[in-house]
Amino acid sequence: MQWLDLLSDYTFQNVVIGASLLGLISGPLGCFAMLRRQSLLGDALSHAALPGVCLSFIITGSRDIGGIIIGALATGSLAALTMLLLTRHSRLKTDAAIGVCLSIFFALGIVLLTYIQGTNNASQGGLEAFLFGQAAATLRSDLWIMGAITLATLALLGIFWKQAKLVTFDAEYARTLGMPTTAIEATLTAMVALAVVVGLQMVGVILMAAMIVAPAAAARQWSRHLGSMLAIAAGVGIVSGVSGATISTLSRGLATGPLIILTATAIVLISLALAPGRGLLWGAIKHYRQKEALQRQQLLYTFYKHPRAAQRYRTTFGSRRVLGKLNRQGYLARSPDDGIEWSLTPQGQAAAKRVVATFEEVAP
Amino acid sequence: MIAELLTNTALPIILVGAMVGIASSAVGTFLVLRGNSMLSDAISHSIVFGIVIVWLLTQQQSGPIQLVGAALTGLLTVLLTEALANTKRVKQDAAIGLVFPALFSIGVLLLNVYAHDVHIDTHTVLLGEIGFVWLDTIDLWGLPVPQALVSMSVMTLLNYGFIGLFYKELKLATFDPALAKTFGFMPTILFYGLLMLTSSTAVAAFDAVGAVLFIAFAIVPASAAYLLTDRLWMMFIIGALISIASSLSGYYLAIHLNVSIGGMMAVMTGVFLMLAFLAGPRYGVLTQLAKRRHARKAPVEPPTSP
Repeated sequence: MQWLDLLSDYTFQNVVIGASLLGLISGPLGCFAMLRRQSLLGDALSHAALPGVCLSFIITGSRDIGGIIIGALATGSLAALTMLLLTRHSRLKTDAAIGVCLSIFFALGIVLLTYIQGTNNASQGGLEAFLFGQAAATLRSDLWIMGAITLATLALLGIFWKQAKLVTFDAEYARTLGMPTTAIEATLTAMVALAVVVGLQMVGVILMAAMIVAPAAAARQWSRHLGSMLAIAAGVGIVSGVSGATISTLSRGLATGPLIILTATAIVLISLALAPGRGLLWGAIKHYRQKEALQRQQLLYTFYKHPRAAQRYRTTFGSRRVLGKLNRQGYLARSPDDGIEWSLTPQGQAAAKRVVATFEEVAP
Repeated sequence: MIAELLTNTALPIILVGAMVGIASSAVGTFLVLRGNSMLSDAISHSIVFGIVIVWLLTQQQSGPIQLVGAALTGLLTVLLTEALANTKRVKQDAAIGLVFPALFSIGVLLLNVYAHDVHIDTHTVLLGEIGFVWLDTIDLWGLPVPQALVSMSVMTLLNYGFIGLFYKELKLATFDPALAKTFGFMPTILFYGLLMLTSSTAVAAFDAVGAVLFIAFAIVPASAAYLLTDRLWMMFIIGALISIASSLSGYYLAIHLNVSIGGMMAVMTGVFLMLAFLAGPRYGVLTQLAKRRHARKAPVEPPTSP
């Protein structure tokens, strides 16, 4: 019953739909940003949206979402252009260019914001909302716009799919084919700016950085193909959006944005640990097994070649465990005369011979 | 007379602004040169988490414990980022983008839960209140000195003390880490020392300029200096000069336009960077253009055969 109440709650519906839209758009675009080694682009563009939002407020005098989108897109693009100029025409590296644009555009936004607060005392208090998002205040009309942006962006991505893919993985080759690489790169960047606009309302400026990176980083672990990676990233984005929004509504008082980000981060950690093939856990297990196999070979070899010296192996812990295992498997047994020293059983002899044969073959 | 100057509101604010710039551009110079500028972004955001944690544990909002505690979180961010990047599953910039929002989120949620007890306003967290530094003073030799000025001066001394002490080692570690390692200079440990100082500077500058503007003070003057000179020691001097100039011009512009003082100071650092980018004597874009035009007009000398 409680769940039914929740599902029919107007605010909850809006937040969940908004969060899913954000996941749907930021996941796929984040993949492109990450693969192009511009993971922090989202961070910079979201900070650079602040002056645009303020400018649109100064010009239109209202908090109309259409104006905010155009403003944020304009200053976001300007910041991206500045970054490009700084990296292409000066000795500054990408990281410095991103940091410079991020902080200066944000500072400019702060200046404009205080200017607004100083001149007309109209609906302000927007900064807090802008920095941390205000998911609960999402309106149905906002959702339509966010949905339209998401759809349009994904459709555009679909149209330029082949070109975007080639530019991402081999820009030089794309250029030799005569593709307008700069235009395609600019389009991809502008689309990230659009994703940022959708995210401002939900998670705010600062956390938008993670919304671009986290779903893409998680998806990268599960897939080696761009198409499926994009789909997984969108899925991760939606799941973290929906669960973050749900936890926030159920807990009453915890901010939605941070919860969405923490859910996404948790998914990244799980993916890093468990993803088939790339997962750290599988890597650790494989390493452990290899280590054990090597120790087993070493033990069998030494017992076969130097039965007296081999007794010393008992001192280390790892060897003692492998020793016990070999004993249980019937390769080794306590020697019959004193019951302390180890010796190879006939089965162990055979196995040891095989090991020795491989070693001698490699290094005669 | 000095007391009078200090009670005047303009001077403390300008001094604090300049000191924040000098202290943070000192460490920022190395970040820019090493290509790790975005670590300042990560550190400055995640110390929000550190400040909340330290507050919850010790109920202290300022003082050395808070400074060190929060600075350690900055270092933790870097360690986590490196650990994540070392798994080879994500690139370093992606690792930065994963770690600091997560820590920041935890910080914000903790603020959410304990909002009624904690005295940290999210507004100040990100922007700082440089306009009010003169309100919070401590007595030094009978003079009311703003606390922010004292802490920033201490950080400036610490930063330049460290850099002065290890100048040769830092220089080599920055430009040729492999050679520094073979000489036994331990570039990694040096770098972590530098990051600890960056972290502490960010915490000390926090009340004055907040998390985001700290990035501007740390890397923009340093970047501008990088565009103007090829010498490391000159970078520090230019960085400090740009900080002072930005603080001065930013303050008066902000008062004139009635806008945020910290924000305007940061914008001014950007203006100086743009000037350096366009009109720098050697690498400036316009200078290069002029040089090229000049070269094109100059008559081509035929190669003299020996």
